[in-house]
Amino acid sequence: MSILVNENTKVLVQGITGSAGSFHAKQMLEYGTKLVGGVTPGKGGTDFEGKVPVFNSVADAVKQSGANTSVIFVPPPFAADSIMEAADAGISLIITITEGIPVNDMIRAKRYLQGKSVRLIGPNCPGVITPGAKCKIGIMPGHIHKPGRIGVVSRSGTLTYEAVHQLTQLGLGQSTAVGIGGDPVNGTDFVDVLKLFNADPETDAVIMIGEIGGSAEEAGAEYVAREFTKPIAGFIAGQSAPPGKRMGHAGAIISGGKGTAGEKIKAMEAAGILMAASPAELGTTLQEVVKRGAPKKNR
Amino acid sequence: MKIHEYQGKELFRKYGVPTPRGILALSPNEAEAAAKTLATPVVVVKSQIHAGGRGKGGGVKLAKSPAEAKELASQMLGMKLKTIQTGPEGQTVHKVYIEEGLAIGQELYLGVTLDRASSRITFMASREGGVEIEEVAEHHPEKILRESVDPAVGFLDFQGRKLAFGLGLTGPTVNKFVQFCSALYRMFMETDAALVEVNPLVILKDGGVVALDAKVTFDENALYRHKDLLEYRDVAEEEPRETQAKEFDLAYIALDGNIGCMVNGAGLAMATMDTIKLVGGAPANFLDVGGGANKEKVTAAFKLILADPQVKAVLVNIFGGIMKCDVIAEGIIAAAKEVQLKIPLVVRLEGTNVEKGKDLLRNSGLAITPADNLRQAAEKAVAAIQ
Repeated sequence: MSILVNENTKVLVQGITGSAGSFHAKQMLEYGTKLVGGVTPGKGGTDFEGKVPVFNSVADAVKQSGANTSVIFVPPPFAADSIMEAADAGISLIITITEGIPVNDMIRAKRYLQGKSVRLIGPNCPGVITPGAKCKIGIMPGHIHKPGRIGVVSRSGTLTYEAVHQLTQLGLGQSTAVGIGGDPVNGTDFVDVLKLFNADPETDAVIMIGEIGGSAEEAGAEYVAREFTKPIAGFIAGQSAPPGKRMGHAGAIISGGKGTAGEKIKAMEAAGILMAASPAELGTTLQEVVKRGAPKKNR
Repeated sequence: MKIHEYQGKELFRKYGVPTPRGILALSPNEAEAAAKTLATPVVVVKSQIHAGGRGKGGGVKLAKSPAEAKELASQMLGMKLKTIQTGPEGQTVHKVYIEEGLAIGQELYLGVTLDRASSRITFMASREGGVEIEEVAEHHPEKILRESVDPAVGFLDFQGRKLAFGLGLTGPTVNKFVQFCSALYRMFMETDAALVEVNPLVILKDGGVVALDAKVTFDENALYRHKDLLEYRDVAEEEPRETQAKEFDLAYIALDGNIGCMVNGAGLAMATMDTIKLVGGAPANFLDVGGGANKEKVTAAFKLILADPQVKAVLVNIFGGIMKCDVIAEGIIAAAKEVQLKIPLVVRLEGTNVEKGKDLLRNSGLAITPADNLRQAAEKAVAAIQ
């Protein structure tokens, strides 16, 4: 088992004929992902790489290919519309890679998803990968992963790769690695993913990687303190970031004295999460916390 | 994107949000003429910089005559205004805004921004106007009233009334406040604002509701559909290297250390800065070259880093995922040669084709210090400048 994606995941690529979409669709195929279709309005009836049918709409694609998951590479001005189209067509997991979607568009899209049985991951994220099921959905380099029992959840792309790479080097494979994205409005937060890892019998321990801005890490820590039963290591990027400056990600900004790395680290440590002092120690910190065992619950 | 108060008020007026009358002045003579035109017993001379806390910093003053307005303007124009938001170096004042004096009854706070936890636009209002709202939020969170907006229906009148009564407003002022909020919400949505703050919002002695200040920032990701707002951009208010970085589509933030950083990915870039600090150094910048870094981008990034005279060493940290390390190494070598790099360069490469990449760096004839992991890279960079 794993979380979110597995061998039954049938993937659709929205924006498959664009430069990012086609490049990564190829990489996903090479990794072994079950890519069953692509969507580019106006290019329905053609095919991608001679094997993946392209459809005009997500509704057509779902009907004809049986896709249950969609990954979105559509450019920012049209990405929110693509998310809502996927939800309307009955897709149950929407993974949005696109970076730079206007906040107001995402507010509307998230409202549209409310009450529908669909999960959104991202936007502005590297995607989701379950190495054991050969299911890679997103832009992460597949070869650094290794099937195993460590869960990874992160707000940052390259830092996720850093963590995964270190784990693999230490011989620790991953059950599923999830990038939740660096935008202020996203579909899935730390709490959602931690709940899934907590319930997954094939995940033994978790690494949680956050960054400055917002309070998603604090909420995650609160959940860990309350219910999480597995060893968990953590890291927060941006300890040296000055307030008021947006550090690349739209969501990574300390404003009004809130969202600092210090506050997040304090909350996570208090919840029993073992924090890595530097990103060079993500893997070894996880090893250490596994040795120590799960945090005690005062229930 | 930040804009000036006078520009924010121009937008306010366009959307029917009441503001005092005011005139922009670029010279003391213009300030005097503006005060004459306004013809109120008192005018306010307000420095226009992209930072808050201007009042406490001495950037907002009252003038009882046009001559005094001229005198105050001549003091403010060209001065380095230091406020709690500008940093110790201050920000040069290039423009002043001359505004009519009003008979103020009460000062309130009103702010509109995204509440990340609920993914909704939220109105925040407080009776504690004119002061640092962050302090109120920290010490007296119960004094801040909140109304969250359902994007399906927008800001509703009853929400405005809830805020108004919560603030203790009475009589016709209640409906004026509701209209004020509705107009502000329409402006927020139609301009894709990220933050609109009115601090203070004032209740006049005659019961009127007026925006005495206007702090507006826009969602950079939405600017592509607001070409008209781009005219409000004031490059003089930006750090020159940050402006240059935007042209190359690089995310760059100047800091005050001496180790220049070039990293792919925002999270990893922050983590690199943190590691430098952890081992006793100080990063000179945040720089994310992005996922598709090519030779041109790497060269532009090097030039940016080296344009900072404080930089004494450069640390490159690239996790080559989809990008191959040998391609990145070629870019680094070509860029280092092109900019004739003379200061220590520490490179940490990891990921696809890492050995090929390291070989290229070793055989480049350049004095490049290789590092195997992030901590070692930071330590070597710090050691290189000691």
